[in-house]
Amino acid sequence: MGDHGPAKGFGRWLFTTNHKDIGSMYLWFSFAMFLMGGVFALVIRAELFQPGLQLVEPEFFNQMTTMHGLVMVFGAVMPAFVGLANWLIPMMVGAPDMALPRMNNWSFWILPFAFALLTSTLFMEGGGPNFGWTFYAPLSTTYAPPSVTYFIFAVHIMGASSIMGSINIIATILNMRAPGMTLMKMPLFVWTWLITAYLLIAVMPVLAGCVTMMLMDIHFGTSFFSAAGGGDPVLFQHVFWFFGHPEVYIMILPAFGIVSAIIPTFARKPLFGYASMVYATASIAFLSFIVWAHHMFTVGMPIAGELFFMYATMLIAVPTGVKVFNWITTMFRGSMSFETPMLFSIAFVILFTIGGFSGLMLAIAPADFQYHDTYFVVAHFHYVLVPGAIFSIFAGVYYWLPKWCGNMYDERLGKAHFWLSFVGLNVTFFPMHFVGLAGMPRRIPDYALQFADFNQIASMGAFLFGFSQVFFLFIVIKTIRGGKQATDEVWENPEGLEWTIPSPAPYHTFTTPPAVK
Amino acid sequence: MSSETHMTDSNDDYEPYYVPEQSAFPILASITLFCLIFGLATFFNQLKADEAGSGGYIAIVGFLGFVSVLFFWFRQAIMENRQGMNSLQLKRSYVWGMGWFIFSEVMFFFAFFGALFYVRNFAGPWLGGEGDKGQFMNLLWEGYKYTWPVLETPDQVVNGAKAVFVGAGAHNSMYPADAHNGLLGWLPMWNTIILLSSSVTVHFAHVGLKNDNRKQFKSWLLLTVLLAIVFLYLQYMEYHEAYVDLGLTLESGIYGTTFFMLTGFHGFHVFLGMTMLLIMLLRAQNGHFTHDDCFGFESASWYWHFVDVVWVCLFFFVYII
Repeated sequence: MGDHGPAKGFGRWLFTTNHKDIGSMYLWFSFAMFLMGGVFALVIRAELFQPGLQLVEPEFFNQMTTMHGLVMVFGAVMPAFVGLANWLIPMMVGAPDMALPRMNNWSFWILPFAFALLTSTLFMEGGGPNFGWTFYAPLSTTYAPPSVTYFIFAVHIMGASSIMGSINIIATILNMRAPGMTLMKMPLFVWTWLITAYLLIAVMPVLAGCVTMMLMDIHFGTSFFSAAGGGDPVLFQHVFWFFGHPEVYIMILPAFGIVSAIIPTFARKPLFGYASMVYATASIAFLSFIVWAHHMFTVGMPIAGELFFMYATMLIAVPTGVKVFNWITTMFRGSMSFETPMLFSIAFVILFTIGGFSGLMLAIAPADFQYHDTYFVVAHFHYVLVPGAIFSIFAGVYYWLPKWCGNMYDERLGKAHFWLSFVGLNVTFFPMHFVGLAGMPRRIPDYALQFADFNQIASMGAFLFGFSQVFFLFIVIKTIRGGKQATDEVWENPEGLEWTIPSPAPYHTFTTPPAVK
Repeated sequence: MSSETHMTDSNDDYEPYYVPEQSAFPILASITLFCLIFGLATFFNQLKADEAGSGGYIAIVGFLGFVSVLFFWFRQAIMENRQGMNSLQLKRSYVWGMGWFIFSEVMFFFAFFGALFYVRNFAGPWLGGEGDKGQFMNLLWEGYKYTWPVLETPDQVVNGAKAVFVGAGAHNSMYPADAHNGLLGWLPMWNTIILLSSSVTVHFAHVGLKNDNRKQFKSWLLLTVLLAIVFLYLQYMEYHEAYVDLGLTLESGIYGTTFFMLTGFHGFHVFLGMTMLLIMLLRAQNGHFTHDDCFGFESASWYWHFVDVVWVCLFFFVYII
């Protein structure tokens, strides 16, 4: 098969089997969802600007918190990483395309339908899902609006999409590497995605089982989550978090891979401790399966359970510490320069570590009794997700965009975007630590007067952060439309096969495998 | 990029790679799948609200469309292989794909087995007043004593005749002690024997194919499909007995819930596996498969072994202990 270029017209995007087309679609879709989820977040922050109820009804506020979480997790972060995987993994391992190109297209095209269905619930009678993105039973079963049935099926097909995407990624990595590309020569982005894909295949079916149990409880009279029939609502939380905890690592492991690619380039030193990075990633993945109940310390577990999950959770700090140590050691005495991808990566290392430390605080079971369901938790997981997952995606886009479209982005604008985002996110989320420790509960549209100052600051930061992302959109479009021609290497001596091909990357790359030393 | 190095190796990694042309199957599959789930969700909501509506019809249209798309998609993939377009590398990708798909299925069952384990070891005893947790759990459901199988629900103990979840009552479980005609009349035992045998028969079919003995291949495959049908029929009889004679239903509390969900999803997977094997039989009839190129048949048989293993776990955890 040949060197045929992209097809003409819109059919190119509907029918494509090309990993670069599909990667682009994933990334654009993810960005659209990022903006939509961001608008939901701004509704929340606008309502919380002042105590009292101003803009929205509490019922609608609940729908906003729910949809913000669902859209950001399943619509923005996960598809963005799959988009990066699609674009980069074949180029990084020297493969011509993904292993199963048609299924690749299907994995993507399920998503717009799933999210159209999910979003449409907002306009249905009784409103959209209002039970939080963790959809605990019985809020999501006995007391749910009728639209929950659509939510359940939307989650089902999102899961199918993720599983197929992951199978594709694993098959590509294990079967399509160029000769000589041994496992321990693979770039860390490939390694982290291999492990992420494994996590996805392991836990998305558990999520499917979880929503299936909900469906049966709601429509067919089963009693999984009803004590009246001998079941237990807490069972829901166990099943959900057995999926949910690996899920949060699904949203951060590929980020580790991205910064592990970027930091060596701009520190002009090879990555410190490559092998330990691989083993740390694998350890984190393993531990992610045995810590789920730390989300449920206040649910009334036996003391042995509390202790086990507390210690197991703290153990995760070890491999994570290895990673942070390696990134810093890579930079140590390096010949550093601070282009936009590097700025985002350094911010990642610092701010993700802050999020990690607040996670350690939350892991202490007796202390968690105090923090549970407060804004401290909100601060914690936004510190690992926004400067963690989202910043790594920004970093990755700035780093590889010249390879994708052949033009350099405007460094001044990129840096402006970084500083706006950096300030915006810290102003938004740092005060949440304080109100949380002082006892402000999460997911509530109103709050006591003493929290007003910090909430106003947080809301202003949120709008700054939100509008900075429109600026990001402008920068990306500007880069695609023109700009300084990028060289094949783009950066100074970067590591990896993707820099050996022309910029922009041709429609088909590595139709014959490259030599890997 | 130096593409000319090593080109003389005989390693099949160097084969030209077949990237399929653009394809309309994925987008059609997405549209029909959307139609199916939208219709199904609407149908379930209409059932619950006791309304008439078109949800069911939308679901049927979506289902038929989806099945047709899959049919033509698989057909094309099979034709490509028969035309020799698939490299050995692509064939290995299919093998990886099927393997990881089966792993995802394992994890789906794991969720339901996990629920059973949690209810029997933790939630149930606590509900019945055991341990520190039980002290206050039992305040809500006063007087409830936990036994497995749960044949009288907490709801019944507290609310009597007004209970929503009504258990099947004493000696109305699927356990051997409650079997009406002794162990030989105990259906699950027969189903275990049948399903285990069918794993053996499908293996004999595989051996036949490997030895180019097509008669052996086809007849053992046919026997496997027949055993699958017998299994499904026996399970239908078992369900009938449970619903009609024993009063054990999906609604009769956590025992009925876990029993029917676990065996039901397993039965559904038996049906899927049987359909796969049946298609392989029809393909064999049309001269498909050779001893060194039989991924379709092999993947269906791996799936069949997986279904068998799930049953062994079911037999142990649902019927025996």
